[in-house]
Amino acid sequence: MKYKDYYRILGVERTADDAAIKKAYRKLARKYHPDVSKEPDGEAKFKEIAEAYMTLKDADKRAAYDQLGAHPPGQDFRPPPDWRREFGDTPFAADDVDLADLFASLRGARQGGHPDSGRMPMPGQDYEVTVHITLEQAFHGTKVDLDLTMPEYDANGILHRAPHAFKARIPKGATDGQRLRLPGKGGKGFNGGRDGDLYINVVLHPHSLYRVSGHDLYLDLPLTPWEAVLGTTVQVPTPNGAVRLKVPPGTQGGQQLRLSKRGLPRPSSGEGDLFALVQIVLPTVTNERERTLFKQLADGSTFNPRGHFDQEVTHAN
Amino acid sequence: MRIELTEVFWLHEHHALSVNELAELSGLSEAEINELVDYGALTPIDTDAHQRIFAAHCIVPARTARRLRDDFDLNTHGVAVALTLLDRVRDLETQLGDLRARLPRRVS
Repeated sequence: MKYKDYYRILGVERTADDAAIKKAYRKLARKYHPDVSKEPDGEAKFKEIAEAYMTLKDADKRAAYDQLGAHPPGQDFRPPPDWRREFGDTPFAADDVDLADLFASLRGARQGGHPDSGRMPMPGQDYEVTVHITLEQAFHGTKVDLDLTMPEYDANGILHRAPHAFKARIPKGATDGQRLRLPGKGGKGFNGGRDGDLYINVVLHPHSLYRVSGHDLYLDLPLTPWEAVLGTTVQVPTPNGAVRLKVPPGTQGGQQLRLSKRGLPRPSSGEGDLFALVQIVLPTVTNERERTLFKQLADGSTFNPRGHFDQEVTHAN
Repeated sequence: MRIELTEVFWLHEHHALSVNELAELSGLSEAEINELVDYGALTPIDTDAHQRIFAAHCIVPARTARRLRDDFDLNTHGVAVALTLLDRVRDLETQLGDLRARLPRRVS
Protein backbone atom coordinates (compact mmCIF):
# COMPACT_ATOMS: atom_id res chain seq x y z
CA MET A 1 0.00 0.00 0.00
CA LYS A 2 1.12 3.55 -0.68
CA TYR A 3 2.17 5.74 2.20
CA LYS A 4 0.51 9.11 2.69
CA ASP A 5 2.01 11.68 5.02
CA TYR A 6 -1.05 12.97 6.85
CA TYR A 7 1.00 15.45 8.87
CA ARG A 8 2.53 16.95 5.76
CA ILE A 9 -0.90 17.13 4.06
CA LEU A 10 -2.22 19.20 6.98
CA GLY A 11 1.06 21.14 7.22
CA VAL A 12 1.66 20.31 10.88
CA GLU A 13 4.54 18.76 12.85
CA ARG A 14 4.26 15.11 13.88
CA THR A 15 4.20 16.37 17.46
CA ALA A 16 1.28 18.80 16.86
CA ASP A 17 -1.48 18.70 19.48
CA ASP A 18 -5.18 18.19 18.73
CA ALA A 19 -5.91 21.92 18.71
CA ALA A 20 -3.16 22.60 16.15
CA ILE A 21 -4.42 19.74 13.95
CA LYS A 22 -8.00 21.01 14.12
CA LYS A 23 -6.92 24.55 13.33
CA ALA A 24 -4.82 23.42 10.34
CA TYR A 25 -7.74 21.32 9.05
CA ARG A 26 -10.26 24.16 9.39
CA LYS A 27 -8.01 26.58 7.57
CA LEU A 28 -7.45 24.18 4.68
CA ALA A 29 -11.13 23.11 4.59
CA ARG A 30 -12.17 26.76 4.28
CA LYS A 31 -9.80 27.08 1.33
CA TYR A 32 -10.46 23.86 -0.57
CA HIS A 33 -13.90 22.53 0.38
CA PRO A 34 -15.70 22.01 -2.95
CA ASP A 35 -18.93 23.57 -1.63
CA VAL A 36 -17.31 26.88 -0.72
CA SER A 37 -14.18 27.08 -2.85
CA LYS A 38 -13.49 27.77 -6.50
CA GLU A 39 -9.89 26.52 -6.30
CA PRO A 40 -8.94 24.33 -9.23
CA ASP A 41 -8.51 20.75 -7.94
CA GLY A 42 -10.16 21.87 -4.69
CA GLU A 43 -12.19 18.67 -4.53
CA ALA A 44 -9.17 16.37 -4.80
CA LYS A 45 -7.20 18.47 -2.32
CA PHE A 46 -10.06 18.55 0.16
CA LYS A 47 -10.40 14.77 -0.07
CA GLU A 48 -6.76 14.39 0.99
CA ILE A 49 -7.18 16.94 3.77
CA ALA A 50 -10.35 15.32 5.12
CA GLU A 51 -8.74 11.87 4.98
CA ALA A 52 -5.72 13.11 6.94
CA TYR A 53 -7.92 14.85 9.52
CA MET A 54 -10.27 11.87 9.98
CA THR A 55 -7.28 9.79 11.06
CA LEU A 56 -5.27 12.35 13.04
CA LYS A 57 -8.19 13.81 15.01
CA ASP A 58 -8.92 10.42 16.57
CA ALA A 59 -6.37 9.49 19.28
CA ASP A 60 -6.54 5.76 18.59
CA LYS A 61 -6.34 6.08 14.82
CA ARG A 62 -3.50 8.58 15.17
CA ALA A 63 -1.60 6.14 17.40
CA ALA A 64 -2.15 3.39 14.83
CA TYR A 65 -0.98 5.72 12.06
CA ASP A 66 2.13 6.75 13.98
CA GLN A 67 2.99 3.07 14.45
CA LEU A 68 3.24 2.72 10.68
CA GLY A 69 6.38 4.84 10.86
CA ALA A 70 7.28 7.75 8.59
CA HIS A 71 7.91 7.01 4.93
CA PRO A 72 8.27 9.23 1.89
CA PRO A 73 4.80 9.98 0.43
CA GLY A 74 3.80 7.55 -2.31
CA GLN A 75 6.27 4.89 -1.21
CA ASP A 76 5.04 1.30 -1.09
CA PHE A 77 5.13 -0.08 2.41
CA ARG A 78 3.62 -2.79 4.59
CA PRO A 79 2.46 -2.29 8.16
CA PRO A 80 4.86 -3.80 10.76
CA PRO A 81 4.08 -7.48 11.54
CA ASP A 82 2.37 -6.89 14.88
CA TRP A 83 0.47 -3.80 13.66
CA ARG A 84 -2.39 -5.79 12.24
CA ARG A 85 -2.83 -7.68 15.49
CA GLU A 86 -2.81 -4.51 17.53
CA PHE A 87 -4.97 -2.21 15.41
CA GLY A 88 -6.30 -3.90 12.31
CA ASP A 89 -9.60 -5.32 13.44
CA THR A 90 -10.65 -5.59 9.79
CA PRO A 91 -8.82 -8.03 7.53
CA PHE A 92 -7.36 -6.21 4.54
CA ALA A 93 -5.31 -6.95 1.46
CA ALA A 94 -2.08 -5.05 2.08
CA ASP A 95 -1.35 -4.74 -1.63
CA ASP A 96 -4.45 -3.08 -2.99
CA VAL A 97 -5.97 -1.40 0.01
CA ASP A 98 -5.92 2.36 0.31
CA LEU A 99 -4.70 3.90 3.56
CA ALA A 100 -7.96 5.88 3.71
CA ASP A 101 -10.12 2.72 3.60
CA LEU A 102 -7.94 1.05 6.19
CA PHE A 103 -8.30 3.86 8.70
CA ALA A 104 -11.97 4.32 7.92
CA SER A 105 -12.44 0.66 8.85
CA LEU A 106 -10.67 1.08 12.20
CA ARG A 107 -13.03 1.74 15.03
CA GLY A 108 -11.99 4.90 16.81
CA ALA A 109 -13.00 4.21 20.42
CA ARG A 110 -12.70 7.86 21.45
CA GLN A 111 -14.98 8.88 18.61
CA GLY A 112 -17.86 7.47 20.57
CA GLY A 113 -18.09 4.62 18.11
CA HIS A 114 -20.53 1.89 18.94
CA PRO A 115 -18.73 -1.15 20.29
CA ASP A 116 -20.94 -3.38 18.21
CA SER A 117 -20.86 -1.21 15.08
CA GLY A 118 -19.41 -4.26 13.33
CA ARG A 119 -22.90 -5.74 13.25
CA MET A 120 -24.95 -2.59 12.71
CA PRO A 121 -26.31 -1.98 9.21
CA MET A 122 -24.06 0.57 7.53
CA PRO A 123 -25.23 2.32 4.36
CA GLY A 124 -22.73 2.38 1.51
CA GLN A 125 -20.94 5.59 0.65
CA ASP A 126 -22.44 8.00 -1.89
CA TYR A 127 -20.24 9.19 -4.72
CA GLU A 128 -20.42 12.26 -6.94
CA VAL A 129 -18.88 12.51 -10.37
CA THR A 130 -18.81 15.31 -12.90
CA VAL A 131 -19.52 14.24 -16.47
CA HIS A 132 -18.62 16.54 -19.37
CA ILE A 133 -20.79 16.16 -22.45
CA THR A 134 -21.09 18.08 -25.70
CA LEU A 135 -24.12 20.11 -26.65
CA GLU A 136 -24.91 17.57 -29.37
CA GLN A 137 -24.85 14.78 -26.76
CA ALA A 138 -27.19 16.80 -24.53
CA PHE A 139 -29.48 17.30 -27.51
CA HIS A 140 -29.73 13.64 -28.47
CA GLY A 141 -28.99 11.97 -25.14
CA THR A 142 -25.84 9.89 -24.71
CA LYS A 143 -24.13 7.09 -22.84
CA VAL A 144 -21.09 7.80 -20.71
CA ASP A 145 -18.49 5.40 -19.37
CA LEU A 146 -17.89 5.73 -15.68
CA ASP A 147 -14.85 4.25 -13.96
CA LEU A 148 -14.77 4.41 -10.21
CA THR A 149 -12.57 2.71 -7.68
CA MET A 150 -14.37 1.93 -4.45
CA PRO A 151 -13.40 0.15 -1.26
CA GLU A 152 -15.27 -3.11 -0.75
CA TYR A 153 -15.12 -6.41 1.09
CA ASP A 154 -14.65 -9.50 -1.02
CA ALA A 155 -16.26 -12.91 -0.41
CA ASN A 156 -13.73 -13.66 2.33
CA GLY A 157 -14.47 -10.40 4.13
CA ILE A 158 -11.15 -8.90 3.04
CA LEU A 159 -11.13 -5.13 2.50
CA HIS A 160 -9.63 -3.96 -0.77
CA ARG A 161 -10.10 -1.47 -3.59
CA ALA A 162 -12.10 -2.64 -6.55
CA PRO A 163 -12.66 -0.95 -9.90
CA HIS A 164 -16.26 -0.42 -10.98
CA ALA A 165 -16.91 0.30 -14.63
CA PHE A 166 -20.34 0.90 -16.01
CA LYS A 167 -22.21 2.89 -18.60
CA ALA A 168 -24.81 5.41 -17.61
CA ARG A 169 -27.42 6.69 -20.01
CA ILE A 170 -27.69 10.46 -19.92
CA PRO A 171 -31.19 11.03 -21.27
CA LYS A 172 -31.83 13.89 -23.65
CA GLY A 173 -32.92 16.97 -21.78
CA ALA A 174 -29.96 17.21 -19.44
CA THR A 175 -28.36 20.61 -19.55
CA ASP A 176 -25.49 22.36 -17.81
CA GLY A 177 -25.66 21.83 -14.04
CA GLN A 178 -28.21 19.01 -14.27
CA ARG A 179 -27.93 16.49 -11.44
CA LEU A 180 -28.78 12.85 -11.99
CA ARG A 181 -28.98 10.05 -9.47
CA LEU A 182 -27.99 6.43 -10.00
CA PRO A 183 -29.51 4.58 -7.06
CA GLY A 184 -27.39 1.83 -5.56
CA LYS A 185 -24.37 2.58 -7.76
CA GLY A 186 -22.26 3.98 -4.91
CA GLY A 187 -20.34 1.99 -2.32
CA LYS A 188 -21.72 -1.32 -1.06
CA GLY A 189 -23.67 -1.25 2.20
CA PHE A 190 -22.53 -3.46 5.08
CA ASN A 191 -24.52 -5.72 7.37
CA GLY A 192 -27.69 -5.23 5.38
CA GLY A 193 -27.33 -1.45 5.00
CA ARG A 194 -28.47 -0.03 1.66
CA ASP A 195 -25.95 0.51 -1.12
CA GLY A 196 -24.83 4.09 -1.64
CA ASP A 197 -25.91 6.19 -4.62
CA LEU A 198 -23.95 7.78 -7.39
CA TYR A 199 -24.71 11.36 -8.31
CA ILE A 200 -23.81 12.76 -11.69
CA ASN A 201 -23.26 16.45 -12.22
CA VAL A 202 -23.61 17.23 -15.93
CA VAL A 203 -21.35 19.93 -17.37
CA LEU A 204 -21.64 21.02 -21.00
CA HIS A 205 -18.51 21.72 -23.01
CA PRO A 206 -18.57 25.24 -24.47
CA HIS A 207 -19.82 25.21 -28.06
CA SER A 208 -18.26 27.22 -30.87
CA LEU A 209 -21.64 28.55 -32.09
CA TYR A 210 -24.23 28.31 -29.32
CA ARG A 211 -24.23 29.67 -25.80
CA VAL A 212 -26.44 27.84 -23.34
CA SER A 213 -28.84 29.36 -20.82
CA GLY A 214 -30.89 26.62 -19.21
CA HIS A 215 -32.51 24.94 -22.20
CA ASP A 216 -32.35 28.06 -24.38
CA LEU A 217 -29.57 28.63 -26.87
CA TYR A 218 -28.09 31.89 -28.12
CA LEU A 219 -26.45 32.26 -31.51
CA ASP A 220 -24.79 35.33 -32.99
CA LEU A 221 -26.37 36.28 -36.32
CA PRO A 222 -24.17 38.68 -38.30
CA LEU A 223 -26.07 40.75 -40.91
CA THR A 224 -24.93 43.33 -43.43
CA PRO A 225 -26.41 46.83 -42.95
CA TRP A 226 -28.50 46.43 -46.12
CA GLU A 227 -29.83 43.00 -45.02
CA ALA A 228 -30.89 44.60 -41.74
CA VAL A 229 -32.55 47.56 -43.46
CA LEU A 230 -34.22 45.74 -46.33
CA GLY A 231 -34.95 42.46 -44.60
CA THR A 232 -33.87 39.05 -45.87
CA THR A 233 -34.13 35.34 -45.35
CA VAL A 234 -31.00 33.65 -44.01
CA GLN A 235 -30.05 30.09 -43.26
CA VAL A 236 -29.12 29.58 -39.60
CA PRO A 237 -27.70 26.45 -37.98
CA THR A 238 -29.62 24.75 -35.15
CA PRO A 239 -28.60 21.60 -33.26
CA ASN A 240 -31.21 19.74 -35.31
CA GLY A 241 -30.07 21.05 -38.71
CA ALA A 242 -30.16 24.36 -40.52
CA VAL A 243 -33.41 26.30 -40.84
CA ARG A 244 -34.43 29.37 -42.80
CA LEU A 245 -35.05 32.47 -40.74
CA LYS A 246 -36.93 35.51 -42.00
CA VAL A 247 -35.23 38.74 -40.94
CA PRO A 248 -37.85 41.53 -41.08
CA PRO A 249 -36.97 44.86 -42.69
CA GLY A 250 -35.63 47.40 -40.21
CA THR A 251 -34.03 44.84 -37.88
CA GLN A 252 -31.75 46.51 -35.35
CA GLY A 253 -28.41 45.34 -34.04
CA GLY A 254 -28.80 43.59 -30.66
CA GLN A 255 -32.33 42.46 -31.48
CA GLN A 256 -33.18 38.84 -30.64
CA LEU A 257 -34.93 36.77 -33.27
CA ARG A 258 -36.58 33.80 -31.61
CA LEU A 259 -36.65 30.38 -33.21
CA SER A 260 -39.30 28.73 -31.12
CA LYS A 261 -38.54 25.21 -29.81
CA ARG A 262 -35.16 25.06 -31.53
CA GLY A 263 -33.21 24.92 -28.26
CA LEU A 264 -32.35 21.93 -26.09
CA PRO A 265 -35.08 19.42 -25.25
CA ARG A 266 -36.48 19.62 -21.72
CA PRO A 267 -36.54 16.54 -19.47
CA SER A 268 -40.26 15.78 -19.47
CA SER A 269 -41.60 17.49 -22.58
CA GLY A 270 -41.05 20.48 -24.79
CA GLU A 271 -37.92 22.28 -25.88
CA GLY A 272 -36.13 25.51 -25.13
CA ASP A 273 -35.88 28.25 -27.76
CA LEU A 274 -33.00 29.34 -29.92
CA PHE A 275 -32.35 33.08 -30.02
CA ALA A 276 -30.45 34.59 -32.93
CA LEU A 277 -28.73 37.78 -31.72
CA VAL A 278 -28.51 40.25 -34.56
CA GLN A 279 -25.14 41.88 -35.13
CA ILE A 280 -24.86 44.41 -37.89
CA VAL A 281 -21.42 44.05 -39.36
CA LEU A 282 -19.77 46.61 -41.61
CA PRO A 283 -17.58 45.51 -44.49
CA THR A 284 -13.97 45.92 -43.44
CA VAL A 285 -12.81 46.83 -46.92
CA THR A 286 -15.04 48.95 -49.11
CA ASN A 287 -14.31 49.28 -52.78
CA GLU A 288 -14.77 52.50 -54.69
CA ARG A 289 -18.29 51.65 -55.86
CA GLU A 290 -19.45 50.75 -52.35
CA ARG A 291 -17.94 53.95 -51.00
CA THR A 292 -19.82 55.95 -53.64
CA LEU A 293 -23.08 54.22 -52.74
CA PHE A 294 -22.58 54.92 -49.03
CA LYS A 295 -21.79 58.53 -49.90
CA GLN A 296 -25.06 58.78 -51.87
CA LEU A 297 -26.90 57.25 -48.90
CA ALA A 298 -25.27 59.74 -46.53
CA ASP A 299 -26.25 62.66 -48.76
CA GLY A 300 -29.79 61.46 -49.30
CA SER A 301 -30.69 60.33 -45.78
CA THR A 302 -32.22 62.49 -43.05
CA PHE A 303 -31.68 59.81 -40.41
CA ASN A 304 -30.14 61.11 -37.18
CA PRO A 305 -29.46 58.38 -34.59
CA ARG A 306 -28.40 61.02 -32.02
CA GLY A 307 -31.58 63.06 -32.05
CA HIS A 308 -32.24 62.31 -28.39
CA PHE A 309 -28.98 64.08 -27.43
CA ASP A 310 -30.52 67.38 -28.52
CA GLN A 311 -33.76 66.67 -26.66
CA GLU A 312 -31.73 65.94 -23.52
CA VAL A 313 -29.99 69.34 -23.87
CA THR A 314 -33.38 71.07 -24.30
CA HIS A 315 -34.69 69.44 -21.09
CA ALA A 316 -31.59 70.52 -19.20
CA ASN A 317 -32.19 74.12 -20.20
CA MET B 1 -15.67 -7.24 -16.61
CA ARG B 2 -19.29 -6.99 -17.56
CA ILE B 3 -20.29 -3.47 -18.48
CA GLU B 4 -23.89 -2.83 -17.63
CA LEU B 5 -26.00 0.07 -18.74
CA THR B 6 -27.45 1.96 -15.84
CA GLU B 7 -30.58 4.05 -16.00
CA VAL B 8 -30.39 7.39 -14.26
CA PHE B 9 -32.99 9.33 -12.32
CA TRP B 10 -33.66 12.99 -12.79
CA LEU B 11 -33.43 15.18 -9.77
CA HIS B 12 -36.27 17.47 -10.60
CA GLU B 13 -39.64 18.41 -9.33
CA HIS B 14 -41.58 15.47 -10.78
CA HIS B 15 -40.42 13.13 -8.04
CA ALA B 16 -41.43 13.76 -4.46
CA LEU B 17 -39.69 12.62 -1.28
CA SER B 18 -40.90 12.32 2.29
CA VAL B 19 -38.83 13.69 5.19
CA ASN B 20 -37.82 10.12 5.92
CA GLU B 21 -36.61 9.46 2.37
CA LEU B 22 -34.78 12.78 2.20
CA ALA B 23 -33.07 11.94 5.51
CA GLU B 24 -31.97 8.57 4.23
CA LEU B 25 -30.63 9.95 0.95
CA SER B 26 -28.87 12.97 2.43
CA GLY B 27 -27.50 11.59 5.69
CA LEU B 28 -29.23 14.33 7.70
CA SER B 29 -31.57 13.41 10.53
CA GLU B 30 -35.30 14.11 10.17
CA ALA B 31 -35.00 16.61 13.03
CA GLU B 32 -32.23 18.45 11.17
CA ILE B 33 -34.31 18.56 7.97
CA ASN B 34 -37.30 19.94 9.86
CA GLU B 35 -35.07 22.54 11.51
CA LEU B 36 -33.61 23.56 8.12
CA VAL B 37 -37.18 23.98 6.84
CA ASP B 38 -38.03 26.14 9.88
CA TYR B 39 -34.99 28.33 9.13
CA GLY B 40 -36.07 28.63 5.49
CA ALA B 41 -33.00 26.84 4.11
CA LEU B 42 -35.00 23.93 2.65
CA THR B 43 -38.45 24.37 1.13
CA PRO B 44 -41.02 21.58 1.01
CA ILE B 45 -43.49 21.46 -1.88
CA ASP B 46 -46.56 22.17 0.23
CA THR B 47 -45.65 24.19 3.29
CA ASP B 48 -49.10 23.80 4.88
CA ALA B 49 -49.30 20.03 4.56
CA HIS B 50 -49.08 17.98 7.72
CA GLN B 51 -46.58 15.58 6.17
CA ARG B 52 -43.76 17.52 4.54
CA ILE B 53 -43.03 16.47 0.96
CA PHE B 54 -39.92 17.59 -0.90
CA ALA B 55 -39.13 17.85 -4.61
CA ALA B 56 -36.34 15.48 -5.66
CA HIS B 57 -33.98 18.37 -6.40
CA CYS B 58 -33.91 19.07 -2.62
CA ILE B 59 -31.47 16.16 -2.40
CA VAL B 60 -28.74 18.48 -3.67
CA PRO B 61 -29.00 21.17 -0.92
CA ALA B 62 -29.72 18.49 1.70
CA ARG B 63 -26.55 16.65 0.79
CA THR B 64 -24.63 19.92 0.78
CA ALA B 65 -26.04 20.56 4.27
CA ARG B 66 -24.78 17.20 5.46
CA ARG B 67 -21.29 17.91 4.08
CA LEU B 68 -21.21 21.37 5.69
CA ARG B 69 -22.32 19.85 9.01
CA ASP B 70 -19.68 17.13 8.92
CA ASP B 71 -16.76 18.92 7.30
CA PHE B 72 -17.04 22.26 9.10
CA ASP B 73 -18.53 21.07 12.40
CA LEU B 74 -21.47 23.44 11.90
CA ASN B 75 -24.64 23.32 13.95
CA THR B 76 -27.95 23.34 12.09
CA HIS B 77 -28.33 27.10 12.29
CA GLY B 78 -24.83 27.58 10.89
CA VAL B 79 -25.64 25.11 8.11
CA ALA B 80 -28.84 27.05 7.32
CA VAL B 81 -26.94 30.35 7.01
CA ALA B 82 -24.24 28.78 4.81
CA LEU B 83 -26.86 27.03 2.67
CA THR B 84 -28.79 30.27 2.15
CA LEU B 85 -25.63 32.09 1.09
CA LEU B 86 -24.57 29.27 -1.23
CA ASP B 87 -28.03 29.39 -2.76
CA ARG B 88 -27.66 33.10 -3.42
CA VAL B 89 -24.22 32.57 -4.96
CA ARG B 90 -25.64 29.87 -7.24
CA ASP B 91 -28.55 32.12 -8.25
CA LEU B 92 -26.15 34.95 -9.08
CA GLU B 93 -23.89 32.59 -11.03
CA THR B 94 -26.90 31.37 -13.01
CA GLN B 95 -27.97 34.94 -13.74
CA LEU B 96 -24.42 35.83 -14.75
CA GLY B 97 -24.27 32.79 -17.05
CA ASP B 98 -27.61 33.75 -18.61
CA LEU B 99 -26.44 37.30 -19.20
CA ARG B 100 -23.16 36.09 -20.69
CA ALA B 101 -25.12 33.86 -23.07
CA ARG B 102 -27.00 36.96 -24.25
CA LEU B 103 -23.81 38.91 -24.90
CA PRO B 104 -22.61 38.79 -28.48
CA ARG B 105 -19.32 36.96 -28.68
CA ARG B 106 -18.28 37.97 -32.14
CA VAL B 107 -17.16 41.58 -32.21
CA SER B 108 -16.26 42.64 -35.71
